[in-house]
Parts: sequence; C-alpha cells; structure tokens
Amino acid sequence: MTGTHPLILAGPAAETTRLVAYWLLAILSVAAAVGMVLARRAVHCAMLLAVVMLSLAVFYAMLGAPFLSFVQIIVYTGAVLMLFLFVLMIVGISAADSIIETIRGQRMWAALAGIAMLVLLSLVVGHAVIGPAAPNTAQFGNGNVTTLANLIFTKYLYPFEVTSALLIIAAVGAMVLAHRERTTPKPTQRELAARRIASGRPAPLPGPGTYAQHNAADMPALLPDGSHSELSVSTVLSGRAGETPRELPGATAIPVAPPETAGSLAGPASADSVARPASAGGQGAGEQ
Amino acid sequence: MVSPAHFVALSVILFVIGAVGVLVRRNAIVVFMCIELMLNAANLAFVAFARMHGALDGQVIAFFVMVVAAAEVVVGLAILTAIFRARRSASVDDANLMKY
Repeated sequence: MTGTHPLILAGPAAETTRLVAYWLLAILSVAAAVGMVLARRAVHCAMLLAVVMLSLAVFYAMLGAPFLSFVQIIVYTGAVLMLFLFVLMIVGISAADSIIETIRGQRMWAALAGIAMLVLLSLVVGHAVIGPAAPNTAQFGNGNVTTLANLIFTKYLYPFEVTSALLIIAAVGAMVLAHRERTTPKPTQRELAARRIASGRPAPLPGPGTYAQHNAADMPALLPDGSHSELSVSTVLSGRAGETPRELPGATAIPVAPPETAGSLAGPASADSVARPASAGGQGAGEQ
Repeated sequence: MVSPAHFVALSVILFVIGAVGVLVRRNAIVVFMCIELMLNAANLAFVAFARMHGALDGQVIAFFVMVVAAAEVVVGLAILTAIFRARRSASVDDANLMKY
C-alpha cells in the first residue's frame, strides 16, 4: 500500500486497528447522539454533538477522505458548532428544556415514528447490495486533495459557482435578519448625561467582587457598610444558573433607580426587552 | 474487516436519532443541532459510498452538503435570534402566532 496518506493506517495490523477504532467510535458516537437527544441543557447537547462530529472526522479518515476529515474538524466542529455556542450564550440563558408535553403523547409517537423509520431504513439498506471497498488507490490517500480539486473545478464547476452565490445570499440574509431599525433618534451625549444625573446614581456600577472575599465575576461586591451589592453581578451570570433574576434588595446602600427611570435609562435599544430590575443597571454600565 | 456497509448502518442509526430529536425537543437550537446530526449522518453515507465505488464524487457531494449546512446554520441562527428578540424565548412552542 504505497502512496497512502499517513492518516490511513497501513501495515499488517491495520485491519485490527480499523476494526477496534470503528467499534469504539461507533459506540461512542451513537451514545453521544442519544445523549444529545436526552440532555436537558442545550450546552451539553452542543458538547455531545462535538463528540459525534469529531468521531465522524475519524471515520472520514478511515474511509479515505483526509480532506473531508479536516474540513469536518475545522469547519463543522470549529466554526459551525462554535456559532451554535455563541448563539446559545446570547439566547439560551434559560437553556433547560421544559419537560411539559404541549402535544399529548408526543414523545410516545415520536419514539414510534423513530422505530418505524429505523426499521424502514434498515430494510432499505439491508436489501441494497453494499459491496466491499474498492481497491485503495492514490485518490483515497495522498492524491485526495488533488483529485477533489480536479473534480470540483471541472465536473462540478457549475454547482461550485452556485455555492458562492448561496454563501453571499446567506451572509446578506443573516445581516438583514440581525439588523434592527432604529425607531427613535439616537440620544446625544448631553441627553445621556442628563438621564444619568436624573437617575439618582451617576457613579458607574460597582465592579464584581470589589472588596469581596473572592474576585470571581459572580461574587457580589461588598459595599462600605458591609452589605452586598447585587448590582455588581452581571444579569447574564445571575440568570445563568437557571434561576429567575434576583430581586434587588431595597435595603442596599446604593440608591436604586426607580423602575420608570430605569426604563428610560435603558433607552430605545432595549425598549422591547422585558423590564428586569437588574437590566437597567447593565444598560447604565454600557453607557459609560 | 470494516466494510462500507458498517458505515452506512451507523449513518442510518445516527440519522434516526437526529430525526427523533427533531420531533422530541422543544428548544429551537437543540432542534437545529439534531438537524446538523442528520446532515452529518447523510455525509457519512456519502463518503462510505464513495469508498465503495472507488470514485470521489460522493466526497464532493459531502463537501457541498457541508457548505450548504454552513449557510443554513448562519441564516437559521439569525432567524432564531430574531425570534428570541421578539418573543424572549427559544422554544418552538412560543412562535405560534401564525398557527391556524
């Protein structure tokens, strides 16, 4: 087996190695996929999906596709999954899925449909004649990238060009969807300063962990009179643990802005957001 | 001896797990991840068939699937964040304004 890629195991023990690697990773990836369906938290789902994708990358290498193996790691695990995690950090603060069934018996029917689909696909695959692997040629080894490039730029040139249009459309579409039209004029520096003075707390928010026993970001700052300032903890962190945003204790030394002032302080940018007591503080910090 | 049939069988199992996940889960992002799992399973079948036939066309198709999946993720996640901004929820049950 000369000319094979180093990723493709060659030699006398190659078959055993392949077999062991296949069964290890097959069991691992199926277990991770099942765990992904069952895990309550979305971040755990993303991590388990990463396990599946990385084992698939190894499968691609075993199947003589070193280029796709690296694309799987770099593009899928590195870019697509990280995009998922970014959006999870934005969206999924209350990430735990609800276990209440909105449609009665939905889980049971979904499981039945899954079993039916598995039976159907197994029958199809079982009836199809899936032959052994073709003899190993250079295009599954060192020549993989060259042969793929030849195919993409000759036989599949037209789909490739259409793909570029698709990517541009996707990028522009994402920008349009993420764009938010400003409905009120942008507040000037003077207006912001006036609002801040009127809010009753012109000083910036206390930093997390200031004068506290720990300087972790989720530790509330210790005020000079010994009380804790919940304002110093980011609302993202306080909501991360799955709990509802903590009510601001009225007895803190910091004069807390009344809710109506806080709403105006938050400005038009978050006018559609839920008026949380602590979110006004976060917005105020952003306007420094 | 690991034959392409092994990989096709594995891709069938992964595809079914992804489909069940789409049916069961309520969080839109997790539903999206299950769709990604289904796409990956299809890719595995493509690569296995390419290995079986000794031609690289299957790998090219898998490559195109990856490109389309990347574009789909970008647009889909943008839609999800837009829905989240409007409704403050990532659950597929809450986006029911156009129901009936």
